[in-house]
Amino acid sequence: MSSPAIEFDGITKRYGRTTALDALSLRVGRGELVGLLGPNGAGKTTAVKLVLGLVRPTSGTGHVLGAPIGDRAARARIGYLPELFRYQPWLRAREVLTLHAELAGVAPGRRAAATAEALDRVGLTDRADDPVHDFSKGMQQRLGLGVALLGEPELILLDEPTSALDPVGRTDVRAIVRSARDRGATVILNSHLLTEVERVCDRVVILHRGRVIASGPLDEVVAADGVRLRVSDLDDAGRRVLAGFGPVSTDGDWLSIRPLDAARIPEVVAALVATGGRVHAVEPGRGSLEARFLELVTAPEEETA
Amino acid sequence: MIVIARLTVRELVRRRVVWVLAALTVLSVTLVAVGLDRLVSLARADGTNELEIRIGVSQVLILIAFMFSFVLAMTAAFVGAPAIGGELESGVALAILARPLRRAEVLLGRWLGSALIVVGYTAASGLLAIAVATQISGYGPPDPFLAVAFLSGQALVLLTLTLALGSVLPSIAAGAIAVVGFGLGWMAGVLAGVAAAFGVEVLGQVAEVSRWILPSDGLWRGVIYGLEPPLVVMLATGNLPRYADANPFYASAPPPLGFVIWSGVWIALVLGVSSWWFERRDL
Repeated sequence: MSSPAIEFDGITKRYGRTTALDALSLRVGRGELVGLLGPNGAGKTTAVKLVLGLVRPTSGTGHVLGAPIGDRAARARIGYLPELFRYQPWLRAREVLTLHAELAGVAPGRRAAATAEALDRVGLTDRADDPVHDFSKGMQQRLGLGVALLGEPELILLDEPTSALDPVGRTDVRAIVRSARDRGATVILNSHLLTEVERVCDRVVILHRGRVIASGPLDEVVAADGVRLRVSDLDDAGRRVLAGFGPVSTDGDWLSIRPLDAARIPEVVAALVATGGRVHAVEPGRGSLEARFLELVTAPEEETA
Repeated sequence: MIVIARLTVRELVRRRVVWVLAALTVLSVTLVAVGLDRLVSLARADGTNELEIRIGVSQVLILIAFMFSFVLAMTAAFVGAPAIGGELESGVALAILARPLRRAEVLLGRWLGSALIVVGYTAASGLLAIAVATQISGYGPPDPFLAVAFLSGQALVLLTLTLALGSVLPSIAAGAIAVVGFGLGWMAGVLAGVAAAFGVEVLGQVAEVSRWILPSDGLWRGVIYGLEPPLVVMLATGNLPRYADANPFYASAPPPLGFVIWSGVWIALVLGVSSWWFERRDL
């Protein structure tokens, strides 16, 4: 059996007094397409940099593609698009890719073909001989994606790969990511755009304050269906009745019950009216990754620990 | 390492650094030619004898070399400071350093590429200026190649310092520290001469130690020696040599071989320590 693509065992990373990762344990199998999510400062980029050996763990151990983290031979099999994607502005797009093909150890006879293939895959063939300083941000991000895909790496790390792209570009990225997974590569998609993650990933890992607070297949992590209600004149008896349908949370004038089968919504409204409550609005809510993400990262500490 | 060195040379060509340096060479050599031609013509018209003219030209050449050494220090700082530091700040380095190569290879490759350009500029500009001066005045320094070699060594020391500092500090800070270090090193050299002339032993020792910490001024003495006519050395040696040694534009002997070797070791040590440090740095 082949080793996992990534295996972190209790990795802690501190920058001075700030803890970026707190005993992070993580396992990503070969061929998985995993979304790495978390609010700003959750430790996502640090986790990606650890995989590449760009930062060193303060404690704990980790393996990438079967080798200790930072191993040079393993890095030859990793493609990486940094969040801060910048490439030599004085080089042409083709030259940037050729440089990376050389650095990645692509055989000299294969470099031209690998470069042309990457340009084609990210839609930059027509601009291959233009200098990078003439590129828009979106085109630079496409170039970065091409760099990450060069040489058919076994593990592809994409840190916010669609941050500068228009909707067409985002669709392209989804297709590229799926096709990489289809050829057997492991893809880690680090993104704030939860809908993007929801559309392509098999599994999600949600980080918060340097720890994994949720992990699993998408349909297990995504929030269940529920309902939001705007109600006035609700007394304690009415609240007790609502609690009988499921967990209730309050947000100003609004109440949410989640999980709740959508078929029971008329029953909830009837019960509220029966206790004297006045119902002003009812919003059935489909379960979504965004809803679950918000629930998790805004929950009090003890609930996410 | 070779890939990165090639990339560095290509960058300096594409970013027009090489062309700017070539234009500056043409400009400075033209100014030297016009200035010396005027000086020599006026001196001859005034009846100054050839020996005095030759001594005068040699001293002017040393002064020009001094100014050039300052320009070189600035060039080394401008080329060296962003080579690592600038790329880390802009994020360009992240994609490169994620590739299967040692960080030391990146640092040494950047050094090698930058060194080729800086030494090439020093050699072309220095030898051209000396050739033009010789043609105009009839005076040729005793060892122009030695002078240019020491000048290149001085530029390499500054380049190494800036590049090494740039791998751990912001590029602006690295460049500033290197230029200030160059100035302080020269001042220490002047103080060493003064200390020797007036017998202030402690001051002399401090200045000597600083020369070993940053060998740029020690190498500058080699530049002067290569440009100094033997007649001036002979005259100065016969007349109060202690006081002649206090002159920062005079050298009666080249730097000792041990010092020249140390300068090479210094460059290797600084590159080694900064590579070690850079390898362990979080990016």
